Amino acid sequence: MSEDIYIVGINMIDFGRYQHRTPAQLGAQAALAALDEADITIGDVQAVFSGSNYTTMIGQRVLQQIGQTGVQIINLVNACSTGASAVRMAYTAIKAGEFDTLLCVGVEQMTGLGMLGGATPGSIPTEGILGSATMPAVFGESGVEYMARTGATQGDFAQVAVKNHHHATMNPKAFLRKETPLDMVLEAETIAWPLTKLMCSVNVDGAAAAVVMSGEKVRQRGLMDRAIRIRGSAMASAPWQERDPIMHDVNGPTRLAAQKAYAMAEVEPTDIDLVELHDCFASVELQHYENLALCGEGEGVALIRDGSTELGGRIPVNVSGGLLSKGHPIAATGIANMYEIALHLRGQAGERQVEGARIGMTHVVGLGTSAAVHILEKA
Amino acid sequence: MSTAPDSPRPAFAFIAFDAAGQPHLKAQRCTSCGATYADSERIACGRCGGRANVLEAFTPAREGTLHSAVIVRRGFPGIEVPFVSAVVDLDGGPTLKGTLRNVGLDPADIAPGLRVQVRFDDALGRRDKEGNAYVAHYFEPLSA
Ligand SMILES: [Zn+2]
Repeated sequence: MSEDIYIVGINMIDFGRYQHRTPAQLGAQAALAALDEADITIGDVQAVFSGSNYTTMIGQRVLQQIGQTGVQIINLVNACSTGASAVRMAYTAIKAGEFDTLLCVGVEQMTGLGMLGGATPGSIPTEGILGSATMPAVFGESGVEYMARTGATQGDFAQVAVKNHHHATMNPKAFLRKETPLDMVLEAETIAWPLTKLMCSVNVDGAAAAVVMSGEKVRQRGLMDRAIRIRGSAMASAPWQERDPIMHDVNGPTRLAAQKAYAMAEVEPTDIDLVELHDCFASVELQHYENLALCGEGEGVALIRDGSTELGGRIPVNVSGGLLSKGHPIAATGIANMYEIALHLRGQAGERQVEGARIGMTHVVGLGTSAAVHILEKA
Repeated sequence: MSTAPDSPRPAFAFIAFDAAGQPHLKAQRCTSCGATYADSERIACGRCGGRANVLEAFTPAREGTLHSAVIVRRGFPGIEVPFVSAVVDLDGGPTLKGTLRNVGLDPADIAPGLRVQVRFDDALGRRDKEGNAYVAHYFEPLSA
């Protein structure tokens, strides 16, 4: 059994609109905050794992801002799992024994990008002929499949938005901080039925960063007071399934990654005190309750109806406000989810603190498909 | 597949024309594991890893069952809405995505389980840079 690996510094910038700043500047701000929290300088960082889906060579651009030390930088493009992939890479690199102090950065500048979706290469535009490739349509189709299987209703999906937006009123770093009662969510503009505008996450600019360190280095530097142990770190792609990728499967890869993370961490779902999961659309949060084994098959609907996943419930989910409220700067989201868990494990989450939180789970999944699950524990 | 410059072209790789110029679907099936694909140029099976020698071409059924559908009311700029985006399991495979037409725009009209058929038609009048027309597939309720 090799030694434990820890996050000793982690931060995110306030997600929002930064038209007059570059991706490098956003990443630099997050990276410096993470370095400061870890009480190290860029000169102590032995390598960087960085990611962005819309800016090339983001790691180099960030180090041009905060210190060109000449270290190895590897940039990742892994859809919505990019940020978590950077942490996963750092975890395995330290485990391999070559490094003891690594920086991870995820950055995305998305203002003005409009609605996301696969633009099919070809001679004529296929949107409207080949159904729709917009993300609301793609995730809506996955949600309708879930409705047919479980009896979930559009109202159940809307309740997820009500819950997460309520949580965000307690999070100053979230982009959307207002209460959205059920009527408001259901009466908002329909983007792709069953999803209304308030059931879709918003494109924003954002950055998040983490310093990952070996246990030996954490002890040597006296950082155990702030250290978050990475107990489980697992990723998966989509296993073959009859409809994937015609209909992208976000369930299978999430289930695979969760199973691996639970096994690695040697914990049960009932040991998890809070979860930050990938609610890019309200409907998919219910799917992930089941995919992450927070409940049994078909029981995701009950979890939202009985309030189990609200702050104060049995297993609070997305108390940060989730992607629905924070906004979803693709490559930054994975590390931002870990930041939220770190706050709670350290007892620093303010009025949205999950009391006595000891173990937390983060999850992201990007279409194509890549899912990442991490299980974190206060050292 | 050669087509005269002035005749419509298939909008997707899983559509082909017969000698009489009639469009049909084409697909591949793995004889080793049974997986089906809306494709004609695969060189291996994504399920079992079997190579080209276990893949066979076949013409899928034109009828199937609606697996999931949504009513798209906001699309990319320039795309006319509303329309219904659908995922259909063709009888015997494969699964195909497309636009479901000749249905109402109430959720009850597009409930999973609806039996549908594939029809071929002009691709909404869209033309490529050379002015070529395209033929696409559409789903319609079987009863219609
Ligand atoms: Zn096969």
